[in-house]
Amino acid sequence: MSPARSRPKLAVWKFASCDGCQLSLLDCEDELLAIAERLEIACFLEATSTRVRGPYALSLVEGSITTSHDAERIHKIRRQSQRLITIGACATAGGIQALRNFASVEDYARSVYPRPELLQTLAQSTPIHEHVRVDFELRGCPISKHQLIEVIGAFLTGRRPNIPRYSECIECKRKGTVCVMVAHGVPCLGPVTQAGCGNLCPPLGRGCYGCFGPMEAPNTASLAAWFARLGMSEAAVRDAFRSYNAAAAPFRKESEAHEPR
Amino acid sequence: MSRDEVRTIRVDALARVEGEGALSVRIAGGKVTDLAFRIYEPPRFFEALLRGRMFTEAPDITSRICGICPIAYILSASQAMEAACGVRVDGPLRDLRRLIYCGEWIESHVLHAAMLHAPDFLGLPDAIAIAKGRPELVTTALALKKLGNTLIETVGGRAIHPVNLRVGGFYQAPAKAKIRALIEPLRQGLEQAVTLARAFAGFDFPAFDGRYTFVSLRHDDEYAIHEGRVVSGRGLDVPVEAFLDHFREEQVAHSTALWATAVDGSAYLLGPLARYANNHDKLTPTAREVAAEIGLGPICDNPYQSILVRMVEVVLACEEAIRLAETYEEPDAPAVAVQPVAGVGHGATEAPRGLCYHRYRIDGDGRIQEATIIPPTSQNQRQIEADLRAAVEGNLHLENEALRARCEQTIRNHDPCISCATHALKVTIARE
Repeated sequence: MSPARSRPKLAVWKFASCDGCQLSLLDCEDELLAIAERLEIACFLEATSTRVRGPYALSLVEGSITTSHDAERIHKIRRQSQRLITIGACATAGGIQALRNFASVEDYARSVYPRPELLQTLAQSTPIHEHVRVDFELRGCPISKHQLIEVIGAFLTGRRPNIPRYSECIECKRKGTVCVMVAHGVPCLGPVTQAGCGNLCPPLGRGCYGCFGPMEAPNTASLAAWFARLGMSEAAVRDAFRSYNAAAAPFRKESEAHEPR
Repeated sequence: MSRDEVRTIRVDALARVEGEGALSVRIAGGKVTDLAFRIYEPPRFFEALLRGRMFTEAPDITSRICGICPIAYILSASQAMEAACGVRVDGPLRDLRRLIYCGEWIESHVLHAAMLHAPDFLGLPDAIAIAKGRPELVTTALALKKLGNTLIETVGGRAIHPVNLRVGGFYQAPAKAKIRALIEPLRQGLEQAVTLARAFAGFDFPAFDGRYTFVSLRHDDEYAIHEGRVVSGRGLDVPVEAFLDHFREEQVAHSTALWATAVDGSAYLLGPLARYANNHDKLTPTAREVAAEIGLGPICDNPYQSILVRMVEVVLACEEAIRLAETYEEPDAPAVAVQPVAGVGHGATEAPRGLCYHRYRIDGDGRIQEATIIPPTSQNQRQIEADLRAAVEGNLHLENEALRARCEQTIRNHDPCISCATHALKVTIARE
């Protein structure tokens, strides 16, 4: 690389996750080579053996904190990163593995591993912002690659990312998608879930299942009451709020309110 | 280098694999005294968190085990639930499942072959470095990878963790016009796949005689992708529900992924080499021609050539997808209704990196009582260690840096997906 053209350093880090959100970067097939022109991919274990030392201008962090080692590692990464952006439901809300937060991790370990004593794991799966300061959270299970490109573009030009905080409901209205709940009685988390996926499920006749986590100030109690009117059991209402963003506060509280006695 | 020297080779965080793993090798007196392919990806306890959830949720929840091969999880789980409930999904719905699985093979295989594995043969750190010298290779690969994603999006609604699949079929059947519109891009994709296969055939392949026990699915009518019986190169031929009678999982201290072995304790290999050997007679015409042209016989047991077998499978996936897209007719209903029946169901499909097995016990309300998921990489872990041992012992003349690179390449041969295996890589070499 010519020293005359120094590019900001990008690092991609992984914690407990499925790799899908960092894969979204490699899925930017049309933009990847251009991104590599503008940013130096200094550390991205899934994609390259190159490992350039920090500090990094931008760190993208995937995954949740589930081990004491990772709880320390995230602090090191924060210290080396000018900006730190978390990507995906694991990093922003603890992910599906946060279902352990509602159970006993010892029971979990015993049911999967014959020798659970060999494992080192924390009782809870927690989002990155519970451990270090986060500059921006990009939601989704997985994230949208279009939103990822927007966030990287905003970083490069020094502006705020244009990522809406309104609900998935608004997306249906804009797209002219018939409401699956009103028209067909299909339970849908759209009224309380942040937009951004690209309005995927309702156009297929499927209710939104909350991949992007809670919108700003969601009225989850009202939606839960509508779910009950559709005939959903308490356990079903609990499980609807308790999935990929189970540990996000509004969803966590609503799911706990429907724990069958 | 003297025979008494102690050498340690370590790779603390293996690059260009999916997930977190490491390798350590210790060599003393010209022999490997200790070797561990370690998986330290933190456990996420899927089998535990599935308990109590509805049977209909298993496909979406288990897709989150792996962002690279979600279809493998969605379809293995769906088929297991359908088997438990006594339902068969046939006709256009079955074809749509095979079509979307072709998309996953194309996307995952091209990602691995062109972006993760090819740099090893070229002595480069990544695909972006390849693009500097051979831009056409990388742009062709990216276009083909994108086609795989387009296929998944068209049928599944989203490339990673698709939303349109369910137990019994789909939420909505794709319009015929949308599927037909895939044919032309797939024809171009087929040409691109052949181009890449020929380009990779020019690589230098280290000699290696794997003598593997190949285990995969096999189907009477087609190259096994999403359905079949479990077969091995040593004569095993059993239905999926007998899988656990022949293979088991155990736990080792250096890995958060459980290790799978054959019940006699021996290692076996899953993935493209195994599928290719067990299903060679079922290759599609162009895939068969390309395999012959690039020098592959009916069995390939040189794991470094797995990159070629992956490209033959990409050719096959394009050809199959064209056939399925040409004959697709919209089904009467997007899904078969599935009512829960208390019992046990098994499902297995061929993830790009090998057979992915699921077993569930559900109750009469459809709540999951027990889940067992055996992903391909946990089954391949043991064989990968055996390959590493042979690769190190055969290459002791190499300097540490070159030996370390060879070790990494040896691991990547099998496209380990560590996120999957831990429902496991670090490389360390010590010489004594």
